[in-house]
Amino acid sequence: MMSCKGLGGEGSAAAAAALPHVLAVDDSSVDRAVISGILRSSKFRVTAVDSGKRALELLGSEANVSMIITDYWMPEMTGYELLKKVKESSKLKGIPVVIMSSENVPTRITRCMEEGAEDFLLKPVQPSDVSRLCNRVLR
Amino acid sequence: MDYSTLRRQITFMKKSFFDQGYLDEQFNQLEELQDESSPNFVEEVVALFLKDSPRLLTNIEHTIGKYPQDFHRLDSLVHQLKGSGSSIGAVRMKNECSVFKAHCNDKNLEGCRRSLQRMKREHATLKQKLESYFQLLRQVAPREHAVNSRK
Repeated sequence: MMSCKGLGGEGSAAAAAALPHVLAVDDSSVDRAVISGILRSSKFRVTAVDSGKRALELLGSEANVSMIITDYWMPEMTGYELLKKVKESSKLKGIPVVIMSSENVPTRITRCMEEGAEDFLLKPVQPSDVSRLCNRVLR
Repeated sequence: MDYSTLRRQITFMKKSFFDQGYLDEQFNQLEELQDESSPNFVEEVVALFLKDSPRLLTNIEHTIGKYPQDFHRLDSLVHQLKGSGSSIGAVRMKNECSVFKAHCNDKNLEGCRRSLQRMKREHATLKQKLESYFQLLRQVAPREHAVNSRK
């Protein structure tokens, strides 16, 4: 798991906790680092996990997740399956979910949007994509 | 080597990566994310790629050697490599992965083998180039950090 870094001290910890908290889900360590860096640069608090299973575990224990951004194609549980579980949960369904994919498959995009995804981003994700998205969804 | 010469060398080296098609705009996007709290962000991300990609290449090679052929598994492995390469702007790697995927789609094992050899060469070249680049960057970093601290 990777958390937002670069802040220290009690005052800074309180300030960090006040930032919107984004949960990033991707089985690729490279892509987790990239999306975390992009989100961090947009002044979000980030927790990055490597699977849908870990994401659900964290969502069960952490009440303060403002948005989920997840890769589509992951082993064991796809981003679509994670999206479905979030939207089926009375506790979690209000959390916006964004899907990322390196493949531009229209039927995949439609399916995710129909299931309640907030947006669908093509990889490699650009800082401008995330900045626009987060401004729209979180502010 | 003095600072200005180093800086010129770094600029020239990076330009050559783009001119020769090794890197694309995604690399610039990652460099723009670097700040005082993450001054080595790009090097860290590239290090993750260089740590992860040999494993994928080995798995691809191992899977190619298996019988019966498992093109679905091969496609899945190269998809991962293509994705992470694309995320750091490694355009030649990304393009060769696309060629490999096309061979998988055609169930062309010999095509996959040839493509894998090219991927390994591209990977080795990219690794050498990026390691040289970051080695130079580390030489200018202490001075640039001191300048930024005085601002």
